Amino acid sequence: MILQVQNLNKSFGGISASSDLNFEVAKGQVHAIVGPNGAGKTTLIAQISGVLKPDSGNIIFNGKNITKTSAYRRAHIGLARSFQITSVILPMTVLENVMLAVQSLSGHSFRFWSPASRENHNREQAQQYLIDVGLGQRAGALAGEIAHGEQRQLEIAMALALTPQLLLLDEPTAGMSKDESGNIIKLLNKLKGQITILLIEHDMDTVFALADTTSVLVDGHIIATGSTAQIRQNPEVQRAYLGDSLA
Amino acid sequence: MFSRFKFITARVYLGFTLLLFMVPIVTSVTGQDFYLDLLTRVLILAIAALSLNLMVGFSGMISLGHAAFIGIGAYCVGIPAYYDIHNGFVHLGLAMVCSAVFALITGAICLRTRGLYFIMITLAFAQMLYFTFVSLDEYGADDGLVIYKRSEFAGLLNIENATTLYYTVLAVLLIFFVLLHRLVQARYGRVIIGSKHNEQRMQALGYNTYKYKLVCYVISGTMAGVAGFFLGNFTNYISPEMMDWTHSSELLFMIVIGGTGGVFSPIIGAAVFLLLEEFLSGITIFWHLIFGLILIAMVLFGKGGVHGLLLRWDEKVTNGAGQ
Repeated sequence: MILQVQNLNKSFGGISASSDLNFEVAKGQVHAIVGPNGAGKTTLIAQISGVLKPDSGNIIFNGKNITKTSAYRRAHIGLARSFQITSVILPMTVLENVMLAVQSLSGHSFRFWSPASRENHNREQAQQYLIDVGLGQRAGALAGEIAHGEQRQLEIAMALALTPQLLLLDEPTAGMSKDESGNIIKLLNKLKGQITILLIEHDMDTVFALADTTSVLVDGHIIATGSTAQIRQNPEVQRAYLGDSLA
Repeated sequence: MFSRFKFITARVYLGFTLLLFMVPIVTSVTGQDFYLDLLTRVLILAIAALSLNLMVGFSGMISLGHAAFIGIGAYCVGIPAYYDIHNGFVHLGLAMVCSAVFALITGAICLRTRGLYFIMITLAFAQMLYFTFVSLDEYGADDGLVIYKRSEFAGLLNIENATTLYYTVLAVLLIFFVLLHRLVQARYGRVIIGSKHNEQRMQALGYNTYKYKLVCYVISGTMAGVAGFFLGNFTNYISPEMMDWTHSSELLFMIVIGGTGGVFSPIIGAAVFLLLEEFLSGITIFWHLIFGLILIAMVLFGKGGVHGLLLRWDEKVTNGAGQ
């Protein structure tokens, strides 16, 4: 198991966003977490990535308890994430954004004199990640001026540049057109098997296209886990989440 | 994002620098010593504005306590001079170490907060220091200290001479400019600029943004301490009033006028601010009112300050040439 979430609890005021939340992600899998709005998906990913600290419970990554590890350190031990709301450095170019990720892994950044743009090795690596996600032609464009779908691809390139063992994707196809999300699904399918992916997703088509295993999150805890095909058939899940239309 | 720094913008800044070099020549020919003094003050405050803009413009930390560092630098001249220590290396060394230590301690606390809270807590620390010096009777309390002799640099540099002082300040200002110009393009600069625009993302990329911002705070504070060292020497007088928060806000106005997007632009901002102040106070006793209105207009309508204006001009020329 690459990731184990044990008895996670987190509440805001009187509202419990995670309550006795348990699940495991097996190495090499694409594991999807689905659930209706307000089920606590974003709170869960915030706790796994270290932005929020749980009230109680443990997060075990590669056998190590990382519950109290800061967000920036988690990036260095192989946990990378994308954000639900596109989160890139808008006034920098696409290439500069990915270079920031590469730079993060290549030693400290208390270097004050040599221009970062002249670090050829970093630039070439960053360019390769852009080619991998299909943004090779957009390297010089400002991140704030490319299309929404391209920004999502950039997000993934930045996460991949951290050479993660576990990639956390928070609704990678949110707000995308059919074409754009098709590209992302193609891209993620290519990564399948190379990197373990924890996919938080609202859109069932994406989940069915990608996930090996699916867990259903309702009211802060997992009500069912199984292969994606099983989850599709599970009557309890259909009632709680998928709705009658699929039943 | 730095490839835009070219053409007209660069030429204007280069021209401005050449003008600064010529000031003592012109004032000595025309006998207008007053203007040499005024421009010396411009350069000293330009150092402070330059350092503040590293925080505000490049790292997104808006401080209302920057005058504290100027005060520290000035007292590092005044207090040793009071004990008949006139060695400039000691003064300058003290100014840099004391302001760096003050920046490290207060920065470590201030950076736990953000936004409006950050502004308020930097202000609080500066005012704390202000009242501490007001209460120091030994060093003149409210009235401050007169410095009878400027810092001595073992015969290498005589800053009692107004022209020498001017060129010394100009040299330091330009050295700081070059250092910052390199810094913002280096690895370190990328990280603080990234943190300004999206701190959460930078943390997700594995950067301990707190540490990087704290170093930024210390660099900025130390540079402002050097400005204070020169200000104490220049005015031959120090008082707690130098640390007053109104001076911090003046520095903020300077960088807004110059534009926060450039490394050089705070120098222009300092010049515009101080020359305008001088000019207006010469015409009418109600100059504060006019000055205030002009400042408001500049903040409201001058998007990106002088720097923004020049960049837009450059863009227009570039686009025009392309058609």
